Amino acid sequence: MSDITKQPLTELVENIKNKKLSSTEVTKAFIDRSEKSEKLNAYITNDFTSALDKSKKFDQKPNFNLKLPGIPMAVKDLFCTKNIKTTAGSKILNNFVPTYESTVTENIWNEGAILLGKLNCDEFAMGSSNETSFFGNVQSPIDKNLVPGGSSGGSASAVAGQLTPVTIGTDTGGSIRQPASFTGIVGLKPTYGSCSRYGIVAFASSLDQAGPMAQNVKDCALLHEVISSYDPKDSTSIDFKRGNYSKELTNNIKGKKIGIPKEYRVDGMPKEIEDLWQKGIQYIKDCGAETIDISLPNTSYALPTYYIVAPAEASSNLARYDGVKYGFRAEGENLIDMYEKTRSEGFGAEVQRRIMIGTYVLSSGYYDAYYLKAQKVRKLIKNDFDEAYKKVDAILTPSTPSSAFKMGEKTNDPVSMYLNDIFTVPVNLAGLPGISIPAGHDSKGYPLGLQIIGKAFDEQNILNIAYAMEEKINFKNKITDWWIK
Amino acid sequence: MSLDLKTIKHISKLARISVDEKRAEKLAGDLNSIFEFIEKLNELKTDNVEPLTSIAKTTLKLRSDEVKSRNIRDQIIKNSPQDNEDYFVVPKVIE
Repeated sequence: MSDITKQPLTELVENIKNKKLSSTEVTKAFIDRSEKSEKLNAYITNDFTSALDKSKKFDQKPNFNLKLPGIPMAVKDLFCTKNIKTTAGSKILNNFVPTYESTVTENIWNEGAILLGKLNCDEFAMGSSNETSFFGNVQSPIDKNLVPGGSSGGSASAVAGQLTPVTIGTDTGGSIRQPASFTGIVGLKPTYGSCSRYGIVAFASSLDQAGPMAQNVKDCALLHEVISSYDPKDSTSIDFKRGNYSKELTNNIKGKKIGIPKEYRVDGMPKEIEDLWQKGIQYIKDCGAETIDISLPNTSYALPTYYIVAPAEASSNLARYDGVKYGFRAEGENLIDMYEKTRSEGFGAEVQRRIMIGTYVLSSGYYDAYYLKAQKVRKLIKNDFDEAYKKVDAILTPSTPSSAFKMGEKTNDPVSMYLNDIFTVPVNLAGLPGISIPAGHDSKGYPLGLQIIGKAFDEQNILNIAYAMEEKINFKNKITDWWIK
Repeated sequence: MSLDLKTIKHISKLARISVDEKRAEKLAGDLNSIFEFIEKLNELKTDNVEPLTSIAKTTLKLRSDEVKSRNIRDQIIKNSPQDNEDYFVVPKVIE
């Protein structure tokens, strides 16, 4: 069977179950393509030899009752994988080999999937273009020298470039949805507490969430079903009845009320984005759902709030990287000197910048003015959504204020880089689920995404809306394999 | 508000990240543009707003206090920066 790597996850699962394909054939196909795709720099670490062994073992004793039977999969290098190097895209963890497995990856292997390798990402997931990784830029499969977005840039590039059938990323302020939008794939950021954070390298603990990235909505639903679980090892994991998201997926969204928030029409937004949004509204109506104009009045305060809360939490979380117990260590004249040199040499510029912001906003005399203020505004932002959800079932917005940009274009201006996440950040602050689906192309032929935001724990609903819209949009990703030729 | 070099040096001390003069100047520029952007929050009156400290409305679950990880000494020792038989060897951190 040709073009194995073009098949979406659900098709591969069917083909393996019906014995039209073996796990070895599928695994080999993705390894071959990954090996031809070094130019993308999507992988930090590969585990191809072991993956091939595991696939052969699977074929000798297949279990077709599993949800991901013998499916090869690469994951973001922010998930701890037992005995496989886990770097978080940082020099400071360059030599770190966990002796334990993250809960979400464990859920994936328990359903029969096979690890292909660890995917590149912005250092400690701090970035919107994958340019902050210690292991170098990731190329977008859409075009040469184009950023794949970030921080799950390697993940987005690997799915869009068909190096892995699906993957998981993490999303603290848009790190799944923005790269999904930039590369023409689907990315879901689940409700806070839906997927366990155990074994994920922490960035901002009150915002971080793992989620699936895939070629289509159905694949995304299936992978979400696998990774979402209650986990006593994460005190913020929530014990609620999780759905059979892929089985219950339906394109019948008749009568649903979808909110269109006027505050997402920001100054300087390209006309192409506005047009895309209008097209989205029409698709919603074509599906038999209703759109309602709503207001989320505090939207413009979300990004400033995020740039207090996230760095504050990051500066605390990253205090553990001091060169003492594990990771990179620089030699110093005394203990303090060792700490300072280790962190100065071990962290990249963006991570240092955010640790400094966080340290400052938490420092004596400034806590009330910044951190407490941000927590209060965060409450107002959450209240906006609570109010809106009295009238609507979900909210439709663009995923990003622009399409993907060229490498180096925004690296010298941190604020313009941060603006990438203007539409995704409010969702993390309010702990809600959001999904980005590819919805069109701009004049350069680059993908553009639409975001559907749901109520807490209402993943099924936004998956259904995404599924119905996907059918109407009929998006075709333009992948030319430029990096292989 | 404007962060001067002295403040940058102070923050870098607190954060335990050494920065030389050149980096400090670059950081001052970056941080000032970021804080200028953050100052927007001062437009909002929040005197009577309760701060949001946790997004999930759940109470922490209790569990029985039992040992679940047994015989994992080798796993723990594995990441020790220096080999010394049964000890996890680190630099002296207490004076």
